[in-house]
Amino acid sequence: MILSAPAVDPAELEARTGWSVKPQGACKGDVCVPLPAGPLTASVLSERLGMPLLHDEEHGLWALGPETGLTGRALTTAEAPDLVLPTADGEPFALRSLRGSKVLLVAWASW
Amino acid sequence: MALDTGGADAARRWIEMAAPAHPSLIDQGHVLDELFGIVNVPSGVWIDEAGMIVRPPEPAFPGPPVFADMPVPEGLPPVLAETLAEAQKIKIEPERYVAALRSWVATGAHALSADEVVARSAPRSVAEAEAAASFELGQHLHRAGEVAAAQRWFRQAHRLAPDNWTYRRQAWSMVDRNQGRTDVYEGSWLDDVRAIGAENYYAPLDL
Repeated sequence: MILSAPAVDPAELEARTGWSVKPQGACKGDVCVPLPAGPLTASVLSERLGMPLLHDEEHGLWALGPETGLTGRALTTAEAPDLVLPTADGEPFALRSLRGSKVLLVAWASW
Repeated sequence: MALDTGGADAARRWIEMAAPAHPSLIDQGHVLDELFGIVNVPSGVWIDEAGMIVRPPEPAFPGPPVFADMPVPEGLPPVLAETLAEAQKIKIEPERYVAALRSWVATGAHALSADEVVARSAPRSVAEAEAAASFELGQHLHRAGEVAAAQRWFRQAHRLAPDNWTYRRQAWSMVDRNQGRTDVYEGSWLDDVRAIGAENYYAPLDL
């Protein structure tokens, strides 16, 4: 997740990483990690969720990487994330809209 | 879902040629790599009716790739002929994969438990998470036209996650469409596949 300031918008965090901020803490699927009171910042998430925080000083950017230390795997939960991606025409498409059907998600590339 | 830093412009012509009946989406930020642990393409993820992943990413060829039995075209530059020969050694099992997929759709076979799905997803060490953040910075800067800065972050991602083909192939392709040797990056598709052995390019299907 790319940031230009230390503060993190919870809605943006959820859309990009699947972690939602709830009263019990940061949650993904059935996993919840308590958060301290106060503003949500990249350094708090980095410390609590094991997310590496990289800084590109020259360009004034930070990148918050994915969580570590919870399962040791790329997936923290088997619950599919609420992913929204555009079609080639730029129309947003929500993975959730396919609920009720079996889904084969295929990742490919032009390169 | 097309994992393409080039976005719709890079993927559109392939989508139009395939004219799929299913949704075809563009993942310009390689978000899927990070969220699902995708490290090469094509990769397939199975998701059930309730939105639960029942198989994490695994090689997902719908049929034999076009290069599988392709004779070496006359006059092909030697490096491309060698690349084609190496690609033909890659172990791919489309028939098994498609049969398993059909079986899952019809009967629910091959679905894994939630614990097994997580356990079978790609390893995520701190170095691999830092690689994801580095790659994202590289992509962001590349799109902003900061090519040299982007390449520094891409090189860092490659060092931190040497098993991630997606990070390497995407970055290589921005410099050389054939993913050959350049002065910008260490390695190339041909050299790196030879180094690990073509038969290890994709993880074996564990159905």
